Amino acid sequence: MTTYTELKKSNNPVIRFLTMNTSREVGGNALPLWRQLLLQIVCLIIAAGVLFPIMYIVTLSFSSKETRPSSLELFPKEISLVAYQQVLDRPTANPVTFFELLRNSFTLSFGVGLVALLIAVLAAYAFSRFKFKVREVLMILVFVPLLMPAIGLSTPLYLLMNSFRIADCGQGAIAVVPFANCAAGSKVIFNLRDSLYGVGIAMVATALPFAIWNLKGYLDTIPRELEEAAAIDGADANQIFFQIVLPLALPQLAVTFFLGFIGHWQEFALPWLFLTKPESYTLSMTLYNMTGQYANSIPWNRFAAMAVIVALPVAIIYIALQKQIVSGLTSGSVKG
Amino acid sequence: MATRSMIDQAKKRTDIRKAITPYTYLVPAFLVMSIITFYPLIYQIIISFTDFQTKDLLMGLASPGLNQIGFQNYVDILTGGLPVQNFEFFRVLTYNLWWAITNVALHVPTGIVIAVLLNTQGLWFKRIYRSLYILPVVVPPLVVATVWRNIFDEQYGAMNQFLTSASMLFGSADPVRIRWLEDFTPPIPWLLPNGPLTLAYYAMMIANFWLGWPFMTLVATGALQSIPKDLYEAASIDGASFFQQFRNITVPLLRPAMIPAAIYGFVLSFNLFNFVYFMTAGGPARSTEILVTFAYDLVRNLRLFGAAAAFSVIILFVAFIIFLITNRLTRATENVAE
Repeated sequence: MTTYTELKKSNNPVIRFLTMNTSREVGGNALPLWRQLLLQIVCLIIAAGVLFPIMYIVTLSFSSKETRPSSLELFPKEISLVAYQQVLDRPTANPVTFFELLRNSFTLSFGVGLVALLIAVLAAYAFSRFKFKVREVLMILVFVPLLMPAIGLSTPLYLLMNSFRIADCGQGAIAVVPFANCAAGSKVIFNLRDSLYGVGIAMVATALPFAIWNLKGYLDTIPRELEEAAAIDGADANQIFFQIVLPLALPQLAVTFFLGFIGHWQEFALPWLFLTKPESYTLSMTLYNMTGQYANSIPWNRFAAMAVIVALPVAIIYIALQKQIVSGLTSGSVKG
Repeated sequence: MATRSMIDQAKKRTDIRKAITPYTYLVPAFLVMSIITFYPLIYQIIISFTDFQTKDLLMGLASPGLNQIGFQNYVDILTGGLPVQNFEFFRVLTYNLWWAITNVALHVPTGIVIAVLLNTQGLWFKRIYRSLYILPVVVPPLVVATVWRNIFDEQYGAMNQFLTSASMLFGSADPVRIRWLEDFTPPIPWLLPNGPLTLAYYAMMIANFWLGWPFMTLVATGALQSIPKDLYEAASIDGASFFQQFRNITVPLLRPAMIPAAIYGFVLSFNLFNFVYFMTAGGPARSTEILVTFAYDLVRNLRLFGAAAAFSVIILFVAFIIFLITNRLTRATENVAE
């Protein structure tokens, strides 16, 4: 068997060509051409696998044919926006416009993400910087919502949210249940359970474990010299938190917020159980409507257009912030 | 002497304040969690001992027709006494664990290998590949599940069409008609014999594989970049081959980053509600049902609220045991600074 170094000295021009170093980086292992080409092939195969469903759904969404695809097409033969137009015009059978759906989805995801973030960063600071009694127990309790998803608690949550109502008693009197109730014959004008607020409140708990875990991981990596110096100068824990730790954690806060946002953006089970009014439906509920038992009447090109629309906002932000998100994810987990 | 005691008192006060500080930072989190996690959890435990039905939704626990039935719901679940077809608790539990383990066992090694591949010095188009490979993480899993569900459609799905084109290359003219999501006969019967792994399981593994490995590659890439390059240089000077370097440098140094990621992936797959519900909704014949989707089915379609409550309590119990085991393995809740 000839070794690599022997091959390199070979007089055969083909072998010399194939073994020339294609790595432009100085030092480290050399990368001969044949190996470079081999790796390129592997990379291309992986890329094809990744792109396959994406190309498929994008091609389908640009098709104007309402019939189901009879053969595999991965490149659009036509660019027709008919399906998009139809979805935007009339996303569901219910009287709700696309922009209402988008607004609902956005409000819900943004609101839940923000509230969860604010609560989580406080808790993460406490867990990262203080030693106190029952710390271990509390940290395990924080993980309970991850182990018991909100879906599992849907019945009591439903009952809890349902007990907060605003009722119109007639004659200009308004009662806030459960603090007051009308004598008789009231008309419910607001039900917390049947609103985005109720769903949002129920979703915050599920968002907390990941946010706290991710932020604590990051806070652990911030060196404490600054804080110690500030403490010597007489700053108390609150000043240290608001003036030193919080500004330093800002990039990680953005990343955690965004990762939570993806999760909330696609939340469907709770809204599906709680909401009854079409005007408070969300985009992911609409997408669910287009699959499964209801799917038979919906042309695939419209479903494809909807899928692309639901995925697009998240994808755009992600690609724009890719670098920060990657470093944010890894800094949270690189620790023993 | 008076000044002395005053100083002592002031010191005591600041000590108390210092001792309280961490708790004040935890108040918001635990307030929220008490209302929307712990209170419903206790409520759920109470409901689980009753025959809670749709009519009781209006009044809750104050409902007049509510009967205490003791452990009946738990007994029904564990012994198959629920008025539900094709449900056996331990089969679903086994399947659920198997589902989570096989997913992680596929995603983590693949993620690492591809991260190492992308980390090759001097690889062309590295940046393009990196941003391409990240795409599956970007697309919401709900969209992924619905799209893959269409891909696995028997008649019009892309997978069968792809296989048809592939088999034409070998001279076969018949269109491939695999009933991915409906067929109930397990293709490999000896694999996990008590929880028949139908074709739908393999279809879901393919779809979730597409979804899962890029996240692991992300984490592994970050960790790889923190491994000093001179380690590899020293090793190659000593004549270590690529595989020796991989085994003796890369793997041990990746471990601290990959174990928490693997456990996060495990817990996530274990309760992967959206994906499973959208792709198969547990079918065919509940063969791909996981615990959470079944709990949802109990509430949403079967309206057995009492049994659903008992079921949730069982899920929490199972998940908590898994969590404690993994927590012991990774010490995720330990303070790294100590």
